Amino acid sequence: MATTSTTVPGAGPLAGSRSLWSRLRDGDEIARLITFLFAGTVVLITVLLVYELWQGSALARQRFGLSFLRTSVWDPVFDQFGALPFIYGTLVTSAVALLIAVPLGIGAAIFLAELAPLRLSDTLEFFIDLLAAVPSVIYGLLGIFIIVPLMRQVIQPQLKHYLGFLPLFRGPAFGLGFLTAGVVLAIMIIPYIISVSREILLAVPRDQREAALALGSTRWESTWKVVVPFARTGIIGSIFLALARALGETMAVTMVIGNTPIISSSLLSPGDSIASVIASQFKEATGELYTQSLIALGLVLFLLTFILNGLARLMIVVTSQRGSGTVHV
Amino acid sequence: MNARLRWRKFVSAFMLSMTGVCALVAVSALFFILGYLVFHGGASVNWNFFTKLPAPVGETGGGMANAIVGSAKLLFLATIIGVPVGFFGAIYLAEFSGTTTAFVVRYAADLLNGVPSIVIGIFAYSLAVLPFKHFSTLAGGFALGLMMIPITLRSTEEFLRSVPMSLREGAMALGASKWKTIATVIVPSAYRGILTTILLAFARVAGETAPLLFTALGNRFWSPGWTQPTASLPVAVYNYAISPYEDWHRQAWAAGLVLLGLILVVNIVARGILARGIIVSRS
Repeated sequence: MATTSTTVPGAGPLAGSRSLWSRLRDGDEIARLITFLFAGTVVLITVLLVYELWQGSALARQRFGLSFLRTSVWDPVFDQFGALPFIYGTLVTSAVALLIAVPLGIGAAIFLAELAPLRLSDTLEFFIDLLAAVPSVIYGLLGIFIIVPLMRQVIQPQLKHYLGFLPLFRGPAFGLGFLTAGVVLAIMIIPYIISVSREILLAVPRDQREAALALGSTRWESTWKVVVPFARTGIIGSIFLALARALGETMAVTMVIGNTPIISSSLLSPGDSIASVIASQFKEATGELYTQSLIALGLVLFLLTFILNGLARLMIVVTSQRGSGTVHV
Repeated sequence: MNARLRWRKFVSAFMLSMTGVCALVAVSALFFILGYLVFHGGASVNWNFFTKLPAPVGETGGGMANAIVGSAKLLFLATIIGVPVGFFGAIYLAEFSGTTTAFVVRYAADLLNGVPSIVIGIFAYSLAVLPFKHFSTLAGGFALGLMMIPITLRSTEEFLRSVPMSLREGAMALGASKWKTIATVIVPSAYRGILTTILLAFARVAGETAPLLFTALGNRFWSPGWTQPTASLPVAVYNYAISPYEDWHRQAWAAGLVLLGLILVVNIVARGILARGIIVSRS
C-alpha cells in the first residue's frame, strides 16, 4: 500500500508523528467524534431523565415536602396526595415475592451449578433464560385468569382456615391483593436469581469444594457450608437485583393487586403499588398537582431501584473478583 | 456406618434432591405459561385475528390487525433509535474512549438499564407527548427505543472487547487506519454477538407495556401516519384482559399467545446465532 500517496483513503502515513490533519484524513478523528456523540447521547438521556423527574414533580415536592412519604391519604378530589399506601404496597409485595423466590431460586441455582451435568445445566439455563424473556403483561394475563381464581377459591380459604389466627391472613378472600401480587412477582424474579446465582456459584474455585470433600464432608455440606458462604455476597447481590426488578415491576402487579390505596396488615387485602398507581392513574390524572404527585412517586421509585441496583452490582463484582471467574451483569 | 454419618448422608441426599425439585419447579413455570396460552388462546389465533379490526363493544369476533401493525411500527421506531445509539456508543466505549469517559458512559447506561419501565414511560411522556399535546406512535417508539439503548450498548461492548487483540494489531500492521480496522475487522468478527444482542434487545422491548400506556396510548382503529395514538399487542393484552367482556378475554389470550410466540422465537433464533459462533466470539 502506498504510504505517502495522498489519494488512497484509509492508508495514511504510519511512520513518524501523525498530525491532526493526517488523522482527520484517515477518518479516525471523525469516527471518534461520531461515536462519541452517540455515547454522549446515552449520558445526556440519563441526565435528562433525572432532571425531568425532578422538575416534573417540583410542585408536589414544594407542596408536601417529605411528608409526602408519610401521608396515607390519596384523594384526587381534594388534592391530597400521600405516597405511604403505595410505598407500603410496593414493599409488602416485594417482600412476599422474595420470601418465595429466594429459597426456590437459590435451590435451583445450586442444582444447576453443583449437581447437574453441564449439558443438563445448560439446557435448563436455556429454559430459564426464556422464562426471563416472558413479558410482564403475560404474567399479568395468567395472574388474572389462573392465579386469582386459584387464590380466591383454594389457597386463601385454606390459609384462613389454618393460619387465620395471624393478622396476616384475615378478611375476605378477594383473590386480588398483596399476596397474589407477591406470588406473581415471585414467579417473575426467580429466573433472575437463578441466572446470576448460578454464574456466581460456578465462579467459586474448585479447590474450595475439593478441600471440603477431602475433610470428609458430604456433598451437601461442602455446598452449603463452603461454596455458598464463599459466594454469599454475590448471591445477596443477585437477590438485590431481583428486588430492584420486583419494586419496579408494573403490569403484572397492576393487573392483580386490586388497585386500592389501602394499608392493611392482611396479605389478603387488595392494595396498590407505586408502579401500578402510576400505570392506572397517570393517563386520567387531571390537574397539575395530581400529575406531579404521580411523577413524584416515579421519582421515589427511581431512587429506590437506583440504590438497590448500585449495591447489587457492587456485591456481585466484589464476589466474582474473589472467585476464579468474572461475572458480567 | 454410625447413626451420625447415616443422618448426614440422608440430609445430603435429601437437600440435594430438594434443589432438583426447585429447578424443576422453576423450569416448569415456562411450560405452564405456554400451555395455558395455547389452551386458552390457540383456537382464537385465526385468519380474522390477523386481518380484522376489533369489533365494536358488545359484538363478538373481530381481530387485532391494527395492534399487530401498530406493534410493528413501534418496534421499527425503537430499533432505528435504540440500535444506532447503542451500537456506535459501544464502538466508542470499546475502541476510542479513555477510562474516565468510559466509566461515565457505562455508569449512565447501567443506570438507564435499571430504570423501571413505567418511569421510562413518564420520561417519554414529558419529552415526546407533553410538548406536542397529543399521544403518538412516535412517542411510543421513542420510549421503547430508550429502553433498547442500554441493553444494546453494554453487550455490544462486551462482544467488541472479546475480539482478540492480535486481529486489531494485524489490521493496523497492514496500514489500516483505526476506523477501517473497526469497520472491516473488528465488527465483522463480532457480528454474531452483535446480532444476538440486537435481537435480544428487540425481543425485550417487544413485550414492554408500561412505557406505551401513556405514550402510544391505544386505538380501536387504524392509526395512519406516525403522529396518531396507536394500538399495540402488549397494550391490547392488558386492556382486553382487564375488560369485563368474555369475548375480549378470549382475544387477550390470543394476543398474548402471538406476542409470547414472537418473543420466544426471536430469543431462540438469537441464541442459536450465538451458539454457532461461540468460537469466534470467545477469545
